[in-house]
Amino acid sequence: MKIKTSASRKVFMTFNFLILTMLSLMCVLPFLNVLAISFSDKIPVTEHRVAFWPVGFNTAAYSFILSQPAFMRALVVSVQRTLLGVAVNLILIILTAYPLSKSREEFRARGFFSWFYVITILFSPGLIPAYLVVYYTKLMNTVWALVLPGALPVFSMLVVMNYIRGLPKELEEAAYIDGANHVQTLWRVILPLCAPTLATVTLFSFVGHWNSWYDGMMYMSVVDKYPLQTYLRTVIINPESFFRNVTNVSTNIAVYLGLVNARTTSAAQLFLAMIPIMLVYPFLQKYFTTGLVLGSVKG
Amino acid sequence: MSQKRRDRLLRELPLYVMIVPSFVLVLIYSYGAMIGVTIAFQKFSPAKGLFGSAFIGFNNFINLFSMPNIWTVVRNTIVISLWKMGGGIIVPVVFALLLNEVRQNFVKRGFQTLVYLPNFLSWIVLAGVFMDILSPSSGIVNRVLSALGAAPIFFLGDKFWFPITMVVTEIWKGFGFGSVIYLAGLTGIDPTLYEASEIDGANRWKQTLHVTLPGITSLIVLMTVLSMGNILNGGFDQIYNMYSAAVYETGDILDTFVYRLGIESAQFALATAAGLFKSVISFIFVVASYYLADRIAGYRIY
Repeated sequence: MKIKTSASRKVFMTFNFLILTMLSLMCVLPFLNVLAISFSDKIPVTEHRVAFWPVGFNTAAYSFILSQPAFMRALVVSVQRTLLGVAVNLILIILTAYPLSKSREEFRARGFFSWFYVITILFSPGLIPAYLVVYYTKLMNTVWALVLPGALPVFSMLVVMNYIRGLPKELEEAAYIDGANHVQTLWRVILPLCAPTLATVTLFSFVGHWNSWYDGMMYMSVVDKYPLQTYLRTVIINPESFFRNVTNVSTNIAVYLGLVNARTTSAAQLFLAMIPIMLVYPFLQKYFTTGLVLGSVKG
Repeated sequence: MSQKRRDRLLRELPLYVMIVPSFVLVLIYSYGAMIGVTIAFQKFSPAKGLFGSAFIGFNNFINLFSMPNIWTVVRNTIVISLWKMGGGIIVPVVFALLLNEVRQNFVKRGFQTLVYLPNFLSWIVLAGVFMDILSPSSGIVNRVLSALGAAPIFFLGDKFWFPITMVVTEIWKGFGFGSVIYLAGLTGIDPTLYEASEIDGANRWKQTLHVTLPGITSLIVLMTVLSMGNILNGGFDQIYNMYSAAVYETGDILDTFVYRLGIESAQFALATAAGLFKSVISFIFVVASYYLADRIAGYRIY
């Protein structure tokens, strides 16, 4: 399409560009400010001289945090729950989406199972009953409390199910005629074709597990078992408490304390928690977008 | 016939085996919890458990609704979520329309990369960032305000500013990614419509009004309808991490109220009753929203 560039169009485009630039800056400047603080010396930070560029650049806040067992323990719990959680989510999504993608003739219980899962999206019984089930099934203070209650992400499962239903029927029929059973059909025919949608739901799960904090707070009674985000909550609510709980006496705390304070170390911890998300961010943009459109606009 | 039947069952058997693990887990953790709502009608004690506690009818609800602050909490929830719903539709639509005017693809992508970012970060990280930048004494926002000659604003500690801050930061987090769906809708508009309108003498503004907007109206309606289900979701993740007793009057929502009542004060039955009240109303709204989405836009979740 050819676009005429009239004078008014040029004025509009200039303003448009300015507005979009402002909105984009609004989305990143808060992070740049906190990032700059995390790399700054504590003196300019307390004197409010840090804006979007570090003043008195140093990495002491980061080396200090990484020397603290409290942070490392939480990191380990988070990595565990994310790996385990994503694996469980993905396996159950595949194993549920495939049978449900069948027609009523091929899988007569489809109607029952569909409603069984969909009802859980429509009605959520609330926090206390969910808590009590975890309590009575003896999962308190175990990593399974962070994995099993949400073992099947129903929305993701529906996205995958719809994707499988959209694949040409002939493929499955050909496999059936060749004598393949359901397991072989799923493994050899369906799964390879589902790669893009599986990438999407894997990312959904990854972000979900990494960012989740509330289950850690509910189901873990000791801070030592908190995943990273839950632990971070204790830091941001009361930044000074972190310094009272400094435990690793072998590090030269005096050296660090000359360079860091509660604000720079909080900022550093926020950034460390963002790193995994930043690493998958290029993929998120690509796959989340297709996934969202897949799941939302269809006839 | 019976041979055929057995063959069919044999053919279906693996499908049942596949679905069993998720069936069992959902049965325990989702349906188990649904059964658990019965404690809203009990004089529940954890020691006696679900089956040993005495039923007391609607007493918990009567107690709940005679609590002095419950209606404030309900009002806060609805006010905050309505503002979030409104802003959550308008801002992404406007952003998508503006971005759609940019013709250079790399510029477009650049803007998108920047504005999608907050959407993927947890409210813990974002709360940490906001508590720092919005701090009345040391935050950069108030430093800018004071440089402009304004008095410092206690965004998170002031009854007036707190809900506004919640609405703005929620929209800030989601508008970029929320625009994705409208951008997808915009690329689907038939280009010949623009050519035809140009021949008819329409300028860009007229085209926006008469071609572009009608092209995504059904999407806007769909997203509005779907967001209705969130009427009682004020945003627990966000508010719980940023509020304080000083702003309960305008910032306490049903979910935070239930959490404090249940987990912090161990009033299980009362908190379950409050949660059930929310769940039932939400259920009605969610079902209505899906029904309308199906009728209006042909949207079905499965």
